[in-house]
Amino acid sequence: MPADRVRLMDAAALNRALTRIAHEIVEKNPSAGAVRLVGIRTRGVPLAGRLASRIAAIEKTSPPTGVLDINLYRDDLSLVGPNPVLRRTDIPFDIDGECIVLVDDVLFTGRTIRAAMDALMDLGRPRMIQLAVLVDRGHRELPIRADFVGKNVPTSFDESVDVRLEEIDGEDEVVLVRGPREEDRR
Amino acid sequence: MKLKDRHLLGIDPLEREEIELVLDTADSLAEISTREIKKVPTLRGRTVVNLFVEPSTRTQSSFELAEKRLSADSLNFAAARSSFAKGETLLDTARNLEAMAPDFIVVRHREAGAPHFLAQHCTASIINAGDGAHEHPTQALLDAYTIRQNKARIRGLRVAIVGDILHSRVARSNILLLTRLGAEVTVCGPPTLLPRGIAHMGCTVTHRVDEALEGVDVVMMLRIQLERMHSGFFPTLREYARLYGLDARRFGRAAGDAIIMHPGPINRGVEIMSDLADGNASVILEQVTNGVAVRMAVLYLLAGGGEREAAA
Amino acid sequence: MKLLLRNGRVIDPACGRDGRLDILIEGGKIVDVGSGLRSSDAREIDIAGKVACPGFIDMHVHLREPGQEWKETIETGTRAAAAGGFTAVACMPNTVPVNDSRSVTEFILSRARELGCVAVYPIGCVTKGQDGTELAEMGDMAEAGARGFSDDGKPVRSSVLMRKALEYSQIFDLPIIDHCEDPDLVDGGVMNEGEVCTRLGLPGWPGVAEDVMVQRDILLAEYTGGHVHIAHMSTERSAEMVRRAKGRKTRVTCEVTPHHLVLTEQAVETYDTSAKMNPPLRIEADRQALERALADGTVDAIASDHAPHHSDEKRVEFSLAPFGIVGLETAVPLCLDRLVRRGVIPLDRLVELFTVGPARILRLAKGTLAPGADADVTVLDLERRVKPDASRFASKSSNSPFLGWELQGAAVMTIVRGKVVHDALAGGPK
Repeated sequence: MPADRVRLMDAAALNRALTRIAHEIVEKNPSAGAVRLVGIRTRGVPLAGRLASRIAAIEKTSPPTGVLDINLYRDDLSLVGPNPVLRRTDIPFDIDGECIVLVDDVLFTGRTIRAAMDALMDLGRPRMIQLAVLVDRGHRELPIRADFVGKNVPTSFDESVDVRLEEIDGEDEVVLVRGPREEDRR
Repeated sequence: MKLKDRHLLGIDPLEREEIELVLDTADSLAEISTREIKKVPTLRGRTVVNLFVEPSTRTQSSFELAEKRLSADSLNFAAARSSFAKGETLLDTARNLEAMAPDFIVVRHREAGAPHFLAQHCTASIINAGDGAHEHPTQALLDAYTIRQNKARIRGLRVAIVGDILHSRVARSNILLLTRLGAEVTVCGPPTLLPRGIAHMGCTVTHRVDEALEGVDVVMMLRIQLERMHSGFFPTLREYARLYGLDARRFGRAAGDAIIMHPGPINRGVEIMSDLADGNASVILEQVTNGVAVRMAVLYLLAGGGEREAAA
Repeated sequence: MKLLLRNGRVIDPACGRDGRLDILIEGGKIVDVGSGLRSSDAREIDIAGKVACPGFIDMHVHLREPGQEWKETIETGTRAAAAGGFTAVACMPNTVPVNDSRSVTEFILSRARELGCVAVYPIGCVTKGQDGTELAEMGDMAEAGARGFSDDGKPVRSSVLMRKALEYSQIFDLPIIDHCEDPDLVDGGVMNEGEVCTRLGLPGWPGVAEDVMVQRDILLAEYTGGHVHIAHMSTERSAEMVRRAKGRKTRVTCEVTPHHLVLTEQAVETYDTSAKMNPPLRIEADRQALERALADGTVDAIASDHAPHHSDEKRVEFSLAPFGIVGLETAVPLCLDRLVRRGVIPLDRLVELFTVGPARILRLAKGTLAPGADADVTVLDLERRVKPDASRFASKSSNSPFLGWELQGAAVMTIVRGKVVHDALAGGPK
């Protein structure tokens, strides 16, 4: 059954949202060199990169950026399928006592963020963890909220939100897909 | 992408993509051992039985560490202290283990085919930690991982495996894996220790060690066991060391940036001289470190469930 | 008790007979073989479409009694023989105690008389205790009814002892049956030495370990004038040596098992202990050489080497499992399906290999349907489809790699001394 596609954000809208988030991060964390960004694989990674360069344009220094693979911390491993492909976690800076901004593309049930926080805790003791997402689609199953949101998109359960990025998919856009589809529950 | 079989009985059934999946996954897991808290919760609540009917401190501890780093529960069954000493059959042992419902059984056994036997009688995932002279898949995987780390690739590399090929499961697994990944493998040893038909596994065979080492990128030395001397495979260790031991002169025939590997434990002064075992070209200790990451990768990949294509 | 077998095709190579004929049996003997036979008071059995042959003889079976009755007994083993179409078996002496004396030979014969349903011919040990050092009392055993001597399970390792056995046995004109294996060369091997065993990491049993003993036995037979029979021959080279020795008129005979004619070492690939036997399954070149040796007359007999083992014993690690498979109930279907139907040998040659061949080797007045002979008859149905099924075996054991195989051809009736001991004429799908 073919799914319906509705474009929620085009490239311009997506990048404007990122610029605004970058300003909000700086506003909330005023001291220089205050934050460290950690992108959640897969699409959180290029988003963190883009936020880092925008923050660098504002503050004249680029915040350190790391990459986190949360698959080892998921709560739904092997419930229904083979264990997901693992990629490297690479956080080349100290976490202890720092303010970490987690970056992801879509916030949904909150389980991915819960896993990301557990992973960060195993790597050190951050002073504070904040969350930046491009899209918040609702339907939280855990008490998790984002500090910085690109766009709030109310959705129903059988819909899904696809973020497509130039670095991975060849173009920038956010798409709402209607109709039943296998989807990773975020 | 997943491993097709829920057991790891050997390298033989694995396709190239599956081998690369294990190596790539090990890559992603390696950094865990560099953290302060060397643990992730991934296999929390899963039970692994380490059934080492043939004892082995190093392989067993490597598996145990891998299991614990993934937060699994480890249960160790060693030969001497177990019911095997009382004459319990492998079948009854398997049935007793089944009754405890482990998720994995890591088995090392002196009889080839023992892991296959367990796979027929247990529902757990069976991981072969070495069965007789047949295979030692995780050793070959960690060897390949070590080679890849040092040489960035395996395809097109020239590898020499030297020693008692006849009795070596490490040799068999490595021949299968390296040739499947596109390396050129030569095995070398005294003719009494070269098995019939080994060339059919895809390697070149020679008893001339200088020829075997000429220009190779990887030199893999195998341990020679004293009891083989008593069975007439070669006259003395002294003669074996003279004719087949790796010393600086022999190693000089290999490529300038060749690496030296050994599955351990090494017989210093017999198959390998100390200066080479401890020298810059040796990656023997890296092999040991890599063993934990590779075994973690195997456990992680076998722990998954059914058919769903995982989203990243 | 009179029996009239009507309308069958009678194949009797000993008499050179092959045609649509009737067989009249009375008092346990063949009375007449001809067309359109009539008898007023005989029980008539219509075997139209079937083949009647002299009773098949399996000259190499292990009945396991005395001493290992959990694997098989003389009673169950002979029932398995009857079910497989055999009217006589020769049983090997590696029992517990071994058959190296008149008393054990007589025990076996009396159990056979009491509980067995086919003829049983004991083979006595060559050496006392089967331990390879001193000759056993061949004379005493021969008088008691032994039809040959063998240390089967083991070779006669000592060449001087083999020489003496070949010399001594000439007193009784009985064969020395040798299990040809050089144990030093075998050195713990559990399957054929070659590609497969290298890949599986199992110790190998090289073909040359059989060849050196076959060559030795042929040379000693030539030197002494004795009769050596090569048990379960399995290699191309052995077959060639026997062929050439026969050309020189040496007194050598040989047998081949159905499994060596049908399977190769590939059957062991999955560490399946039901494919583990001694001598082991060899390579395709050996298998084909054995087929050629069957066809050109080099081989004298097909014998199953029926070696029952309890499933507990076989359900262990490959190296630890005992050697051997059962064969009485699969031999005939395998040979009919894989040798005759595939054109490797014609049917009358197969009949020879199960009748004339073994009878000659064991000096038995059997293997023919000539009037006056014992009324041992095997009736074959070349169309009958069978699928060996462990739950329906008459044997106590079912250690066979052929379970579930779809085969065409079977023995459907077995008659021993005029008595029907197996009747499957009516049964089975066509």
